[in-house]
Amino acid sequence: MTEVVAIAAIALLIAFLVWFIGAPLRRRGGSEPFLPSELRVLEAAREAKYTEIRDNELDYRTGKLSDEDFHALDRQLRAEAVEILRALDELR
Amino acid sequence: MNPGRKRHVRLVVSLTLAVVLASALVYTSFAAGDQALSPTQLLARAHPGVTYELTGVVVKGSVRNLPNGVLDFSLANRAGGGPSVPVVYTGAVPDPFRVGRELIVTVNKRGGSFVAQPGSMVTKCPSKYSPAKSA
Amino acid sequence: MALLGRAALIIALLTTLFGIGASLYGARQGQRRWVDVGRRSVYALAAILTVAFAVLEVAFINNDFAYNTVANNSSLTTPLFYRAAAMWGSQEGSLLLWVWLLSIWSSLAVFLTRNRLREIVPYAVSVQLGFGAFFTTMLVFFASPFNLTNPAPLNGAGLDPLLRNPSMMIHPPMLYSGYTFFTIPFAFAVGALITRRFDAEWIPIARRFALASWLFLGVGILLGARWAYYEIGWGGYWGWDAVENAALMPWLICTAFLHSLMIQEKRGMLKIWNASLVLGASTLAIVGTFLVRSGILSSIHAFGASTLGVPFVLLIAAMVAGSIYLVVSRRDVLRSEHHLDSLFSRESAFMLNNVLFVGLTFVIFWGTFFPLISEVATGTQSTVGSPWFDRYTVPLALMLVLLSGIGPVIPWRRATLANARRNFMLPILAAALMLIAAYTVVPISSSALTVVLFCAAAFVFASVGQEFWRGWRARKAMSGDPPLLAFVSMIRRNRRRYGGYIAHLGIVVLFIGVSASSTFAHSGYPFLHIGQSYSVGGYTYTNVKPTAALDTDPTSTGALLTLGSIMRVTHDGKYVTTLHPLAQYYDDPSGAEGPVGSLIGGDSVSTLALASSPRRDLSAAIDAPELEGTFNYLVNRANAIVNADHLSAARQTEVSYFLLAAIVHHYLAHPPAAPFKLASSPLVMWLWLGAIILFGGGLVAIWPAPGASRRVRARYLARVAQELGRAQPRRAGSRA
Repeated sequence: MTEVVAIAAIALLIAFLVWFIGAPLRRRGGSEPFLPSELRVLEAAREAKYTEIRDNELDYRTGKLSDEDFHALDRQLRAEAVEILRALDELR
Repeated sequence: MNPGRKRHVRLVVSLTLAVVLASALVYTSFAAGDQALSPTQLLARAHPGVTYELTGVVVKGSVRNLPNGVLDFSLANRAGGGPSVPVVYTGAVPDPFRVGRELIVTVNKRGGSFVAQPGSMVTKCPSKYSPAKSA
Repeated sequence: MALLGRAALIIALLTTLFGIGASLYGARQGQRRWVDVGRRSVYALAAILTVAFAVLEVAFINNDFAYNTVANNSSLTTPLFYRAAAMWGSQEGSLLLWVWLLSIWSSLAVFLTRNRLREIVPYAVSVQLGFGAFFTTMLVFFASPFNLTNPAPLNGAGLDPLLRNPSMMIHPPMLYSGYTFFTIPFAFAVGALITRRFDAEWIPIARRFALASWLFLGVGILLGARWAYYEIGWGGYWGWDAVENAALMPWLICTAFLHSLMIQEKRGMLKIWNASLVLGASTLAIVGTFLVRSGILSSIHAFGASTLGVPFVLLIAAMVAGSIYLVVSRRDVLRSEHHLDSLFSRESAFMLNNVLFVGLTFVIFWGTFFPLISEVATGTQSTVGSPWFDRYTVPLALMLVLLSGIGPVIPWRRATLANARRNFMLPILAAALMLIAAYTVVPISSSALTVVLFCAAAFVFASVGQEFWRGWRARKAMSGDPPLLAFVSMIRRNRRRYGGYIAHLGIVVLFIGVSASSTFAHSGYPFLHIGQSYSVGGYTYTNVKPTAALDTDPTSTGALLTLGSIMRVTHDGKYVTTLHPLAQYYDDPSGAEGPVGSLIGGDSVSTLALASSPRRDLSAAIDAPELEGTFNYLVNRANAIVNADHLSAARQTEVSYFLLAAIVHHYLAHPPAAPFKLASSPLVMWLWLGAIILFGGGLVAIWPAPGASRRVRARYLARVAQELGRAQPRRAGSRA
């Protein structure tokens, strides 16, 4: 008796799986290409650079950096950030 | 020195240091290791004064609780058969210790029997998957 | 229902293969649909394996001994709680737990990256499913949990009493979650290398997953240590056992990776190193999984020799070969963007940190595999013991502790002397003060090593404390918030930084506990009659009276007989605490020990009695096998009595119980000199506290920033952008 139940459950399971896994194949006609990833990479780089600038500021405020060290590093980081933003603009 | 050269030098120095330290480690490990032997091997080649790690199975009927916390037992080969080694043990006995259990103990040869270093017994968790399960 | 379980495993295997095919096809052809099919296969795998898991778990709970696995690992007398956990006490059950957890965590990873890393995800999914395929193949062809025996036996062998500990419920799942989670950074690293996208988008995601692995595995290791401590008492929390080491190694490499990733993020350096670390950590995690169940190394843990050794070795070989190939063939992508400016910089400190971690891992690896290495080199297996491990790991660990106080404070790129003065004066002063204290007030001067550690700890505490203080002051000045709010908001706005600082404090506290408890512990193994006392480390233990419980188990683990002793502990004449260690005896279903003997002739467990305080741990245990030895002759006599009368089986059991009760009565009336293990060890609690702080710090670091602080951050970033003379950057849902 339990054999029948088990077989029925297996059949149900397989049916559900086929339906679930195959769902993407049934929607919209034609395939969708990927989003250009360069954009995402640059956006991530921008986020990271902003975090760096912020961390640098925090280091300065907590006294880990002297005035000249901080300003030199800050200028450098902002210059690098400008580069990334320029690249982003070109891409869009 | 230009930066490239400096980096190169740093890399070589650190790699050399790493190799030297690793070699020292490797060399001392061979000197510091205790040979791990089965009962048959131990009986064949044990020298007095050298420490060995004996792995074996506790032989039925060989366990005796002597006064002063001394435990006498014999270990035989895991595969069965062959001679058994008498061990004199003091110190903590791990819970899984039983006849038929496999254990590891660090011993020195003294006369006809082997004296274990106190507290050096390690039992192996009883295996549930080996084909011949101890009864 | 076993049929359902079996079928589920086969379907799971087919699903993994299909998913790999779909993902790779979708990636190659640029077809998003097929990639989505691959992703859904991961979710489907989790669903199918849940079905298989449930079938087996139900069989255990219902004591369905038709299942070989249930018969081998559970019994009628195993309590419900432990029946449920017994599922993963077996090879097959633990494999199923492993692959089920793999599917759950993979589903989580796939879900969290559903809108990102578009190129990498198909390959990462394939790798995840590849692991799934490997493990389901093991389950289907080599170690099936759904093998049945007909007719079903009436009783099982029972869960090993040593495993009847609440930790059994949580330690394996936690540890396996740690191991399985490591496959995720591996998969994404492989994907990143294949697609040559080892870049800024990959880093935050890899870090998140690596940190989660670190947390899970670390907590799993900690739980194992705590469990061992309860079983064996002081010093038992770590034995450099092969399986303990196997879990520690990937964790150490992961710690190194989390640090060096920061350098890659800030300076684009160490890409090859990071790729190797993340691939290496994951490979070591698989090695760890393999070690436990292969039987190739002697260990307290080994599940036993099995047929799974060869396939695992092939898997590990494939992982190593594949990793090396990928790193070498993609080395153009992995070239450093910058180089080291100065030896005295945070980059340098992090690199040293990494070297130390890798060195530590190498030492542990060498010591763990030495039996095999020496066998290859000399023909006989040779082992190295704890003293060898301690000799090499302790100095390395000390250096790491010291670094954990230097790293957070030393600036990036280049440190100057003025800067050093500002930041290190207080920590050095703290270390000096501790040095003085060690020879005057704190009684640790007998061990130079402990003194050095305590001074290093003082250094780190001062350094990290300084960081918190300065950050808090700056936050108050910037925001005008009240003190408590400023402190909280300081941490909330910089979770990674302050989470890391908290973790550093935690590891230092942990090491203090380890050092003090191993160096200054005292123990003794006396035989005590009732009324006799024994002194250990200044604490006097007195055996007050014996206890016995028949048929009711005070620890609810199914032991038939529990003998114990009430012990009174005093210090300088003053009462400190009462300890009640137990010796528990379980039944032997095989009946080999005779009718009375089999009632208690199975495994025996001594339950540790522990009194913990921040200052010291006091423990007492009874040597259960030795204690049984003192009344064994009575059991033999009772066996003879029962066997002499030719009774029916039911009557035999009745009479055996009656005789056992008589033996217990005799024990209480004439208690023998009981064999005890007594110990006092200082600062053990610091170990657990330190670990909690360590992982608490990790949690703080991994916690995602909530919406409000994200808005604040966005406004700040917009301001920076404006200052740079650009238009407000588009924010189009690109928050992390």
